[in-house]
Formats: sequence, structure tokens, C-alpha cells
Amino acid sequence: MISLEFLVASAIGVLVAGGIYLALRGRTFQVVLGLTLFSYAVNLFLFASGRLVVNRAPIWSKTVTEYADPLPQALVLTAIVITFGMTALAVILMLRTFLETGSDQVDGAPCDDAEDEPS
Amino acid sequence: MNLALHLAIAPIVIPALAAPLALLVMRRRRRLGITISFVSCFAMLAAAIALTVQSGDGVIRTYELGGWEAPFGIVLVTDRLSAIMLVLAAVLALLALLHAVVTKADRDGWHFHPLLQFQLLGLNGAFLTGDLFNLFVFFEVLLIASYGLMVHGQGSARLKAGVQYVVVNIIGSSLFLIALGLLYSLTGTLNMAQMGLRIAAIGPDDQWLLRVAALLLVSVFALKAALVPLHLWLPRTYAVATPAVAALFAIMTKVGVYSLIRVVPQVLGDDAGSAAWAPAPYLLPAAILTAVVGFAGVFVARRLSEQAAYAIIGSTGTLMIAVAAWQVDTLGAALYYLVHSTLAGAALFLIADVVARRRASFSDTITSGPAFCQRQSVALLFLAAAIATVGLPPLSGFIGKLLIMESVADTASWGWAWAAILLTTLAGVIGFARAGSAIFWKEGPVSDGAEPARVPRSDMAAPAIALLLLTALAAGAGPATAFGNAAAAQVLDAPATARAVLGEG
Repeated sequence: MISLEFLVASAIGVLVAGGIYLALRGRTFQVVLGLTLFSYAVNLFLFASGRLVVNRAPIWSKTVTEYADPLPQALVLTAIVITFGMTALAVILMLRTFLETGSDQVDGAPCDDAEDEPS
Repeated sequence: MNLALHLAIAPIVIPALAAPLALLVMRRRRRLGITISFVSCFAMLAAAIALTVQSGDGVIRTYELGGWEAPFGIVLVTDRLSAIMLVLAAVLALLALLHAVVTKADRDGWHFHPLLQFQLLGLNGAFLTGDLFNLFVFFEVLLIASYGLMVHGQGSARLKAGVQYVVVNIIGSSLFLIALGLLYSLTGTLNMAQMGLRIAAIGPDDQWLLRVAALLLVSVFALKAALVPLHLWLPRTYAVATPAVAALFAIMTKVGVYSLIRVVPQVLGDDAGSAAWAPAPYLLPAAILTAVVGFAGVFVARRLSEQAAYAIIGSTGTLMIAVAAWQVDTLGAALYYLVHSTLAGAALFLIADVVARRRASFSDTITSGPAFCQRQSVALLFLAAAIATVGLPPLSGFIGKLLIMESVADTASWGWAWAAILLTTLAGVIGFARAGSAIFWKEGPVSDGAEPARVPRSDMAAPAIALLLLTALAAGAGPATAFGNAAAAQVLDAPATARAVLGEG
């Protein structure tokens, strides 16, 4: 049985690793996926910054004595909204760039089909 | 209801109202939209000047949003430093707006004016907030608006640079969030003043985590400030942006510098354990390298706008040389130079546009072309802006660099700082002289028979005003440096800020 901490920490680690790898790729679609993975990892991380606790109320009540930290939940909500908007904007911008320049490389280099990996 | 009490939030509310208004009326009634934009910018300038006058008494004022008390709610903090930055942002916005309207650059896309207002909303908010997560939110606001402004006018070069700019900044924002999460989990607060107090109580087991968080946060600000080695995004982006937008972006790197000046003494001060002044040993080498790389770029640039972008990097480096010492007199000199270098950088971008509009197919490339109209006046503008940027007398760049060199003279590594500043000044002089002589002095052959465009003089207004402001900054150097030093003393006195924000006791 693995602990909750290990599960969350390793999930964040895998997401960050995958996100960074994809964000360093040359083609815009992979970069967008990488940024998305990376921001998922960041959101999870932010969520965990209030400590991992199970079955505790975030809202004050007379009968409850142990609380989960509600602030990271509010922060992560803000962060999710912002990253969602950012990702949408990045997708539109990259699509527009592809249509305008005919290249979906991040550095704007012309597409060379011979170098493309099969996908 | 006392309006004076709500003065602090005016720089955020004004653009927040003006942006949707301008968006609504822009499509049908362009003139009304432009009027809204100008009125909003003037109102912001008035509010900023009122705040500056108010902050002159040295009291740190706080504004509690929604009436929630300081550690729980979000506070806006107005002191001398934020007042300086607000005035600078409003002045720069007016210059960019004037230039965009005069050159009709705002007609290249639908949403120039609303985006400009949102950009100012983000800038003003970042300068006012006393809450670290709120700083992140305002960073996002100004970044989202800047993505729109960056690709304003479109064209493939802008879109390509825009994609890179967006990717770099999304990664920067993610790192910012990681640093925030770490700091929150260590201190349990996001209020900068309270974080500065609580950071002293962190146990020895968590010191390494604190150091990681501090350095990550500082790296994010260094990315925004375009310090070497995190500067590569800037020249590509700024050189291809619409010139009026690039002029406004001159303050964007200064937002990074501002955040460093604000956060490091407040949060990572003497009591911060392993993170006490954690960035200090890295900032000075980075600043010296930034100055060298920036002015080397000025030396080899192929276009005036590229040269202006590298001048922005170089001047940020010079600025950070002074900031990195974290003393009252160096920081005071840095604040004077910050105002100067922002205006000078903006003037360079605007003049690059003035040149490009007159040279038809030669655009603003640093090559000799046929004579163009009003060449003498444009040459004078360029000369003045170049003198200001590299720091020759009589304009304010000279005073700024002199103040920085004088103030760092009694720090340990003053030799490196002096060598960097003097050598980069020489490189800058040669670089600008080369550009000026190629464009304004020599006459090359007419390559493709394109007649140089006849352009009215009105587009020289905005750069001329910027240069007049630099002259005023040089003439009023006494009061300006006194205010800068007072602001620096206020920023470095973290306990006083904490008392003002959190109340006595």
C-alpha cells in the first residue's frame, strides 16, 4: 500500500517531467500538450501546499474541530481558470500562426516532412 | 463616502472601467473610443500624481479591499516606490497612446485601446498590491493583455514571436505558482508583510525548501526583467511588436525589477534564515552580464528596433548592478535610473518607427539609403535619444549612471561594476554612432526606385515629448533623487512596512 503523499508527489513528478519534455519539442501541438501537463502538475502542487488531509471540512462549523486549509483550494481555482484561458489563447495563437506561416514549428522554421516522426 | 480614502484603488478601477467601455463603442464610434482611452490615461496620471504627493509625507498607506483586515484580505499598499511606478506607467501609456493614434497604428486591429487599458490595469495592480498571490494575478492580467498587444497588427513575424513569447511566459507563470505554493506551505500566509515576519520562524528542517522557493521566485522575476541568461525572449519579441506597443513594453521588464525591489527586502530580508538575501550573490554577476550582452547587442544590431530592444536589456543590466547592492543610496540611484531608462527605451522604439515610416523599403534597417524627408529633425531626435540611453551629458542618463557609479563605489565588487558600466557605455556610444551615421549621414543608392514616403511631422511628437521629459528629469535631478532615496529607504525598512500593513502590535 503506497502512501497518499507518495502517490501525489510521484504524480506531480511524472506530470512535470512529461510536461517539460513535451514543452521542449519543436512542434506547437506538442508544446501545448506539454504546457497543459505542466500546468496540471502546478495546480496539483498548489493544491497540496495546504497539506494532504482526508475527510476534513474546509468551512467553519461548531461541531468540527479539525479543518482542511481552504485557501489553497481557492488559489488553485484561480490558477485553473487562468491556465485554462492561457491554454485556449496559446492554441488559437498557434493555429493562427500555422495558417499564416504554414509552419507549426515553434521557432517558425519551415516544415520538413522528412524529419517528422510518424505519429 | 470619502473619495480621497479610495484614491489608492483609482489606478486599478479607472482602466477596468475604461477597457470594456472602449470595447463597446470602438466598432461604431472610433473617435469616442479613442477619447475614452485618453481620458482614462489622463485620469490615471492625475490619480498617480495625487498618490505621489500624498506619499511624499513618508506614511505607508494601506487600502483593504472589501474591508477585510490585512492578513486575511488583500491589501493595496501605497508608498513612494509604488507612486513612482504608477506615474511612470501612466506617462508611458500616454506616450504610446499618442504615438499609436497619430501614426494610426491603433487601426491595424480592432482592440488596441481596450487591450491597452487592460495592460495598464495589470501594471497598476502589480505596482500597488501587497499580496503575493494577487501579484501573480495582476502579472497574468498584464501578460494576457500583452499577448494581444504583441500580435497587434499581425503579420507572420509578429505571430511567430508571439508564440514564443506566450510559451516563455506561461512557463514563467507556472514557476511563479510553484514558488508561491512553497512559500505558502512554509509560512501559511500570502501577505508579503506577514510572510516577512513569519519566515523567521521556519524550522531548520525546512530551510533548504525555503531557499529553493526564494531562488525560484527570484528567477521568475529575473525572467520578467530579462536578466541574462533569461533574456533571449526579449529582443525577438520587442523588435517585431508594433512600435507604440514596444514603447509601452519598455516598462514590462521594469515590472520584474520592481517585484525584486519589493519582494526581496520585504520577504527575504535579514531574518529569512537560509533565504536571507538569497539572490544577492547571483544578481550582481547576472546584472553585469546583462549590461554587457545588452550593449553588445546595441553594437551589432541590424535594425533600429532591434537596437532599441538590446538597449532595454543593457539598461536593465545597469539598473540591476545598482539594485544588487541592496543599500539605500544604491537603490535610490537605481530608482532614478529606472525612470530614466524606461523613458529612454520607449523613445528609442518610437524613433525607430519614425525612421521606418520615412524610408519606405529600407524601413529601420541600419543601412544607408536615399535621403528621406525631415532627415535633420529625425536625426536630432535620434541623437538625443542615443545620448540619453548611453548616458552622456547633458541628459538624465549621465546623471543616472553617475549616481549608480558613485553609490556602488563603496561596495566590495565596485571594480567589476565600474568596468561593466564604463565599457558598456563605450560600446553603446560606438553602436549608436554607427547606426546614426549609416542612416542619417551617408546616402546610399536607391535600390528599387521606391520613393521615400512623405510623412507629416506629427509622428515626432511622442518621442519629442519623451525626450523633453528626460530633460526635465535631468533638470530636476535634485528633487527626483531625493524622492528616489526616500523611496529606497522606505522599501528597505521592512519592519515599518509590516507595522503599517498589519497594524501596530
